[in-house]
Amino acid sequence: MLPQIFQYDFMLRAFIAGTIIAILAPLIGSFLLIRRYSLFADALSHVSFLSVAIAVLMDFNPVLVSMIGAVIAAAGLEKLRATKRVQSESSLALFLSGSLALGTIILSFVNASVPITSILFGAITTITESDLYIIAAAGLVAFIGILYYLRELFVLTFDEEYARVKGIRVTLLNYLLMIVSAVIISISITVIGILLITSLMVIPVLTSYQLRRGFTQSVVLSVIFSVVSVWTGIALSFYADLPAGGTIVLILIACFMIALLAGRLFKAKKYEKIAS
Amino acid sequence: MSCIDVKNLSFSYGNEVIIKSVNFEIAKGDYVGLIGQNGSGKSTLLRLILGLLKPQSGSIRLFDTPVESFREWHRIGYIPQRSGIFDQTFPATVEEIVAMGLVNARNAADRHAIQRALEVVGMERYSARQLRELSGGQQQRVLIARAIVGEPDLILLDEPVVGVDTQAQQNFYQLLQHLNKKMNITLLLISHDLDIVAHEADYLIMLNQGEVCRCTREMFVKDKKKYIAI
Repeated sequence: MLPQIFQYDFMLRAFIAGTIIAILAPLIGSFLLIRRYSLFADALSHVSFLSVAIAVLMDFNPVLVSMIGAVIAAAGLEKLRATKRVQSESSLALFLSGSLALGTIILSFVNASVPITSILFGAITTITESDLYIIAAAGLVAFIGILYYLRELFVLTFDEEYARVKGIRVTLLNYLLMIVSAVIISISITVIGILLITSLMVIPVLTSYQLRRGFTQSVVLSVIFSVVSVWTGIALSFYADLPAGGTIVLILIACFMIALLAGRLFKAKKYEKIAS
Repeated sequence: MSCIDVKNLSFSYGNEVIIKSVNFEIAKGDYVGLIGQNGSGKSTLLRLILGLLKPQSGSIRLFDTPVESFREWHRIGYIPQRSGIFDQTFPATVEEIVAMGLVNARNAADRHAIQRALEVVGMERYSARQLRELSGGQQQRVLIARAIVGEPDLILLDEPVVGVDTQAQQNFYQLLQHLNKKMNITLLLISHDLDIVAHEADYLIMLNQGEVCRCTREMFVKDKKKYIAI
């Protein structure tokens, strides 16, 4: 017999969507973090807020509209970064505050019943069947894209100039990285919300780094930490009646603290071994 | 066959002329030192050779192919300046770094090639270690392993020993001699250290105010004052 939590369709959908996001977010986050693009994820999530506001105003599917908006913004940001006309951080701040401001104004025109908190912090239990199809399809494309170019992205992340020398299509991959990030962020909004999505991209990756493994193992570990945290977070939020997004992030932070301690213990033992 | 053939090459950043109608050729098996003061345009010349910059005029041919249409990048190893080349938080093992030289290393033969490259540089015992845990000299050896893993015909080195201690530098130059004399790999070593390069390389290309002067090591030793004046 199924546990109580799986007897509800909305919880099943929450687990499936949560798992997809939990795999994809740290996967792309592994590249964004090293390239110091964490603020980029933040800016795109705020652009998604604007897109959701437009979707609500026009009565369209918010996941689909936020995906289109985030992809356009990602391409624009990469263009600005590549041409070096605007400093990376400045252009991100521009997108971030501009989108939030415009989104808030648009939402003020719409029916007051629009749950802004669900955009900000996610509403995983409200995922509809059509949302799930969009999340699954976009997630699959993003996953295949990352896996296909995994080695090239690894070289590019380590040393962009070296990647160019090895004949890797750096410009194309930079755009790909940005656009895939945009897709992942936009499909994550219903799951974890615009204010918390960056944490799902960054914290599992930082957690895996504490265990001092190679890049491939770190990526795998970060996905494991992320999936475990999302599953535990959803279950805990169901039984304890807590908001899922916040619960997931607190579990991620707890995992990070444990890994930090484990990493320090491992390091101390290693030095003891070398000394002896 | 020439590995690098540069003809009438000129390059400027805005109004500032960096390279002025330069000509030189590097043949297979040569060990060439490219020297010049800081800011003389050595790294710019290297970036032009690697196709990372486009010249205003002139041509560069790599293995008889114009650099713009050159695609056999596996034939060229590149060792960038060590300082600041990678983020110290980057979690990559030595084996993963060397595998970058093959870009798409996947099968057993590739793994064997990685192991062999690490053996050449004496780092085979460190394959599972993280790059950030190694000393500057060891990191440089790993980058050489990355450059040679694809069995290149030519390696370009841009100030490779900056920030590396003296003993590690000596070991590094011994390794370069091994690559050149035993493995017949052509080397173009960029440095601002005239004494070291004059001691190590067979030929010297001196870059000063956008122009080059080429001589053999023997010519340089015989008429050192003249060349230093240049």
